[in-house]
Amino acid sequence: MSPEEAIKNDLERKFDFLNGNITIKRARRIFVDVPFERFHDVLDYMIKKMRCAMLSGITGLDEVENFAAIYHMSPEGKIMVNLKVKISREKPHIKSIMQYFPIAEMYERELEDLLGIHVDGLPEGRRYPLPDGWPKGEHPLRKDWKGAGLEMKLEGTDA
Amino acid sequence: MHNTGDVKVPIGPQHPALKEPESFLLTLRGEKITAASVKIGYNHRGIEKACEGRTYIQDLYLIERICGICSHSHSTAFAQAVEEIAGIEIPARAKYIRTIVAELERVHSHLLWLGVAGHEIGFDTLLMYTWRDREVVMDILAQLTGNRVNYGMNTIGGVRRDIKAEQIPQVLKGVDTLEERTKYYIKIAGEEPTLINRLSKVGMLSYEDAIRMGAVGPTARASGVQRDVRKDDPYAAYADIDFKVITHNTCDVYGRTIVRVLELMESFKIIRQLLAKLPEGSISVRAPRKIPAGEAVSRYEAPRGEDLHYVRANGTDKPDRVKVRAPTLANVQAVALMLEDRYLADMPIVVAAIDPCFSCTDRLVSINDADHNSKNTFEWEKIHRDSIEWYKKRGIDFAKLNKTF
Repeated sequence: MSPEEAIKNDLERKFDFLNGNITIKRARRIFVDVPFERFHDVLDYMIKKMRCAMLSGITGLDEVENFAAIYHMSPEGKIMVNLKVKISREKPHIKSIMQYFPIAEMYERELEDLLGIHVDGLPEGRRYPLPDGWPKGEHPLRKDWKGAGLEMKLEGTDA
Repeated sequence: MHNTGDVKVPIGPQHPALKEPESFLLTLRGEKITAASVKIGYNHRGIEKACEGRTYIQDLYLIERICGICSHSHSTAFAQAVEEIAGIEIPARAKYIRTIVAELERVHSHLLWLGVAGHEIGFDTLLMYTWRDREVVMDILAQLTGNRVNYGMNTIGGVRRDIKAEQIPQVLKGVDTLEERTKYYIKIAGEEPTLINRLSKVGMLSYEDAIRMGAVGPTARASGVQRDVRKDDPYAAYADIDFKVITHNTCDVYGRTIVRVLELMESFKIIRQLLAKLPEGSISVRAPRKIPAGEAVSRYEAPRGEDLHYVRANGTDKPDRVKVRAPTLANVQAVALMLEDRYLADMPIVVAAIDPCFSCTDRLVSINDADHNSKNTFEWEKIHRDSIEWYKKRGIDFAKLNKTF
């Protein structure tokens, strides 16, 4: 069995709801669709039992009917496991993973700024990466964002 | 500066050459840094959004301009992701040429870093030497690609320029010269007590902290972390090549220096092997204009560490989403840890030691004196000069070396 299949089997054995939701795209690339409610259970297991010590980034997506976040994680730095979580468009929010990875702070602030996904449990701090004076409710990576009237809103700010 | 209470010193954010220009807020007690925090996000250029409105080929050129130093890193990482989605297998010769340019880029980047590090500690002879030597690799890059920076070598499906047989001896000659010079730098780094004393125990990042903070590249490897995408997740031609992952266990700026100079030797080894084994054949395959729906994650060991690109295609000629996580974003958060409990005089070299694309030096430092409610502003150049003077008074003086080398 390849190490990729071993990871897949391990996850499917532990979480039966992941059956059929794990794809090995190629050597060293695994994509997992995780239900929103169980995301932290899977994450916890991967960090504590599968020794996933590395988070290479978080990609936020606008899939029109919903948002999504992909957590690019890796045990030992070799095989990359991409955990994808769908996030509702009505009330977009997700729990912070900073207790596992302090490095997630900037990646999560990016989710907040660029897609407007609220990250629960993210400590107070400066926004990233948009400028201080950037108007509220303008999230450039949303597909329906066209930047209309932005210049007017930016007038008199630092941005 | 008042020396009884805590003083907060904001440093930055004007580093306009960097995708993530940063500013630091240091809390000082006397000359010691008691707390440090990092703020980034200035000069966000919206490249990810811009990519969604352009074709894959246009994006390739846009992405090459994310960074002026590791431009080939970004364009290769992006091209690899798109090729994976489209199911394109690029010719072996193209893989080799991509890898040759990648290693030449690492050589120019590490030599550049060594010079900057020398400058930050007042060892300007080292800056002059390394940047003079760096011209050799810049000339090679210009010969092979036509450009000193932003090489424009990559295309979706391979590379745009071939390496001609008659160019190879010249490249090898340049590599020999660079290797000679690098041996000399390794000798200096290993023997010169002034350099060793100045860099040792400065900017400490323990093995555990390097893992916990997600450090990448030479910053992580100098803390003993065996992490290198070229070995862990081989791309381009790295699987065919014999090389070592350089690590060091001193966990300080000295270790980061050693890792980089020894990595230069590995790069020369890699370039020689690639040129000797360069396969015959075409340099690119035709890629479709419209990329079928799909997604891919591409990883690349840039000179500064792991560069991550995520691309999602939707069947049109423009991507649905492009995400870039450059290595500095992973390393910059560890800097706060490295600065804590160190002297203000170490700030320039500690920040420079993660190699955060330090090409523009127009930075301002303003000191808010909490007790007197006054505000002084001075330039990076002053804090740089002060740090050199501070160490001079304590017996670490490169002035003599600057004359004798």
